[in-house]
Amino acid sequence: MTEVTDAPTLLSLVPKAEAKQSMKDFKSDQEVRWCPGCGDYAVLAAVQGFMPELGLARENIVFVSGIGCSSRFPYYMNTYGMHSIHGRAPAIATGLATSRRDLSVWVVTGDGDALSIGGNHLIHALRRNVNLKILLFNNRIYGLTKGQYSPTSELGKITKSTPMGSLDAPFNPVSLALGAEASFVARTVDSDRKHLTEVLRQAADHPGTALVEIYQNCNIFNDGAFDALKDKDQAEEAVIRLEHGQPIRFGAGLTKGVIRNERTGDLEAVEVTAENEARILVHDAHAASPTTAFALSRLADPHTLHRTPIGVFRDVQRPVYDTLMADQLETAVDQRGKGDLGTLLAGSDTWTVVG
Amino acid sequence: MTSQVSSPAEQADGAGGAIGEQRSAPQHDGAGKEIRRVDRVIIRFAGDSGDGMQLTGDRFTSETASFGNDLSTLPNFPAEIRAPAGTLPGVSSFQLHFADHDILTPGDAPNVLVAMNPAALKANIADVPRGAEIIINTDEFTKRPMAKVGYETSPLEDGSLDAYSIHQVPLTTLTVEALKDFGLTRKEAERSKNMFALGLLSWMYHRPTEGTESFLRQKFAKKPEIAEANVAAFRAGWNFGETTEDFAVSYEVAPATKAFPTGTYRNISGNLALSYGLITAARQADLPLYLGSYPITPASDILHELSKHKNFGVRTFQAEDEIAGIGAALGAAFGGALGVTTTSGPGVALKSETIGLAVSLELPLLIVDIQRGGPSTGLPTKTEQADLLQAMYGRNGEAPVPVVAPRTPADCFDAALDAARIALTYRTPVFLLSDGYLANGSEPWRIPDVADLPDLSVQFATGPNHELADGTEVFWPYKRDPQTLARPWAVPGTPGLEHRIGGIEKQDGTGNISYDPANHDHMVRTRQAKIDGIQVPDLEVDDPDGARTLVLGWGSTYGPITAAVRRLRATGSPVAQAHLRHLNPFPGNLGEVLKRYDKVVVPEMNLGQLATLIRAKYLVDAQSYNQVNGMPFKAEQLATVLKEAIND
Repeated sequence: MTEVTDAPTLLSLVPKAEAKQSMKDFKSDQEVRWCPGCGDYAVLAAVQGFMPELGLARENIVFVSGIGCSSRFPYYMNTYGMHSIHGRAPAIATGLATSRRDLSVWVVTGDGDALSIGGNHLIHALRRNVNLKILLFNNRIYGLTKGQYSPTSELGKITKSTPMGSLDAPFNPVSLALGAEASFVARTVDSDRKHLTEVLRQAADHPGTALVEIYQNCNIFNDGAFDALKDKDQAEEAVIRLEHGQPIRFGAGLTKGVIRNERTGDLEAVEVTAENEARILVHDAHAASPTTAFALSRLADPHTLHRTPIGVFRDVQRPVYDTLMADQLETAVDQRGKGDLGTLLAGSDTWTVVG
Repeated sequence: MTSQVSSPAEQADGAGGAIGEQRSAPQHDGAGKEIRRVDRVIIRFAGDSGDGMQLTGDRFTSETASFGNDLSTLPNFPAEIRAPAGTLPGVSSFQLHFADHDILTPGDAPNVLVAMNPAALKANIADVPRGAEIIINTDEFTKRPMAKVGYETSPLEDGSLDAYSIHQVPLTTLTVEALKDFGLTRKEAERSKNMFALGLLSWMYHRPTEGTESFLRQKFAKKPEIAEANVAAFRAGWNFGETTEDFAVSYEVAPATKAFPTGTYRNISGNLALSYGLITAARQADLPLYLGSYPITPASDILHELSKHKNFGVRTFQAEDEIAGIGAALGAAFGGALGVTTTSGPGVALKSETIGLAVSLELPLLIVDIQRGGPSTGLPTKTEQADLLQAMYGRNGEAPVPVVAPRTPADCFDAALDAARIALTYRTPVFLLSDGYLANGSEPWRIPDVADLPDLSVQFATGPNHELADGTEVFWPYKRDPQTLARPWAVPGTPGLEHRIGGIEKQDGTGNISYDPANHDHMVRTRQAKIDGIQVPDLEVDDPDGARTLVLGWGSTYGPITAAVRRLRATGSPVAQAHLRHLNPFPGNLGEVLKRYDKVVVPEMNLGQLATLIRAKYLVDAQSYNQVNGMPFKAEQLATVLKEAIND
């Protein structure tokens, strides 16, 4: 497998823009129709602002979405785009990405779209490692259908469809993606443009499927869902910023850290002391095993969101489906020559009728 | 022996005359055995699912094809991979009809049944006409296997087979004996008994043998001793026929030279022809072929076949489910590929929403439905044509989709090209409705000259197509070709044509989201008008006698209907025949054709779906004749029904 050495060249298959681009180039002429105050605006601005940095030909960029508020995203990007059907964007994007390696293909989806109706397509795209960048807007609620609980809503969520509280345990999208063999998994927050952009940058560079969970506020049906991570007073305690190669520390003055419990092997947050400082876990996004990344994804308290890691959990290189598929086509030609239709149709067992 | 000459009641097809009609006075071979020349023969191999009956039938078919007979086959096997051995549900059979003239069906009833065990005899005896020959593997007719299928006494001894010409052959013992020097275990040696049977039948019908021998050596190239054992069993079967007293007569069926126009031929099954049609369509359109598919019987062979041809640039994607299969095909179509998904009825149900999206996006896409018995899981390995209304209407909203149906196995090639033509010209998803009978059945196919294949080339959009009032040149993704009403196909990577499309209603022209009531009304009617306006050839009517009754069919019923029509005409009953390739839109002259006849009879392997459509559209009192038993119509049965309709 030559994939690992190939990998950095994947983006180079996409033609570069001829002229320098600006954010304006990526805004379509369509009026943005999300609710005022929706977190989606911030993500849109961050993506439009980041795209010129990639320097790719705009016509070689495609955004594919499913159904839901976030899935209106492609209409606002001045690239090629498809607003498809509920849950199916990863499948459609797979067909596009695997047949057109000269395209940069992005999937925009939500927690209902990706994790409920489209759960199957998401996990299979991740396991195949198709060259897709998946932006999963997680607002922990169904917005477009006006406020039912979603597969990421906390247990006991009171909504229109669950007046006595929801009964099902939520998915943790990062855990799910890691379990589905994802090669790149990150989490970021709509309100932190700098962090969001940095995560997008790393996702875009990643050969294969990149899943970026974006905590996104729905100010109509689930307002303040992520306040614990945004509130100035709480955030330092709640947010754990993961940086590859750095000790995992958080809290005001970075007085807290994450260590491995030597007895259970699990991770836990502790007050950093002189004795334990050497044992503070150093984040390794490139670790071959997803075990520690998974343990990190379980640190957060699902109710208070305290100890929520953000950043890139996992970023490893493994064979990319599109590349393997293209390689097989080339190998077939190498071994058997370019297909000749006349020979194919004739087969080996023929007889001739003369007039 | 009269076994090769059955009564007219068992006639399958052919232009009149009894089946197995002798072509000349008997001759004799070198060993002094009689050789009879007959016009056609129907053979059925039947055995356990594990006995290799499909392979045996395939080989006999190949021998017959290379000899130059016309032929038609009917494989029939259970959905279970290995049903319990020796049971009735585990019986697998392969029927082959071959002739010195043009034939249309695998035949109603076999002249020769090869029964490898009691279950095979019991499951098939009802189809075998009295006087026919039955070759029985006596080794399997011991107490337990017979009791297993409910034979209380041995049919070989109790007189129940007196009406047939029985050849009792200890096939297993003879095979093991023939292979005793190969150092195989008894079990391994027994597995070659199907090749012994093939050798025997090959002698009986003077089939060429080189093809089978080289096939076996190729198939078992990695196990040469097994290859040679099979060749030895095959030859032993041939020699057994030649030497044993029991087989006093062999038969010759001359090549069907007059039945075929000049050309080079091969034998081909429906799924193979369809696969080649897809590869050819992509080449003629100069587009890459992209198949998104999920395994399902009886469509999987197309996925297998296309996966072999990556050196044609064919991409095959085995998806996580039916929905992803069509999703990927649609995504590839957006990127400028010829997108195809292959499935059967249950898969179509799952794909419906994506087909609706393709209708809305107006992108070319082929949905290949190899129909099988339904509803739900139904009869996975049996044939039916009950997905017509699903193809026509099985979506939310007004979502018209063209429907194309092949009529014979070889015709699957042309039908695939035609479906691709419509999809590419009109930028629409198209249904290609084959079925299990066409998929697995085979017939001779005149190999087309590549230079004569139709040009399917498409023009992608390359620049602006609309001028705004202020003189600005823009690209409108939903500005239509005035002739075809097709919208431009602007593929990603084309500078300046960046656009967004989706399943939400679009404003005419610009393609922007629009909830405007009048616009929606206009778009719904326009999408319908586009499909209604698809150019399809007029329906041809075969009516040499000025009949008053028309028989109208579609799809795989072509063979049995035509055979029945020939038979009626030969007995002086005039009947007109027409067969639809295009179910949506119908040919422009269909209404006029229907009104020309006093009576219209529509035989279908469903409960009257085409009849429902034509009654609704043309206010014609069409009579349905329906069969949904998982098997193709028999010509005799149709002839009887049509005769009643004519005389009624």
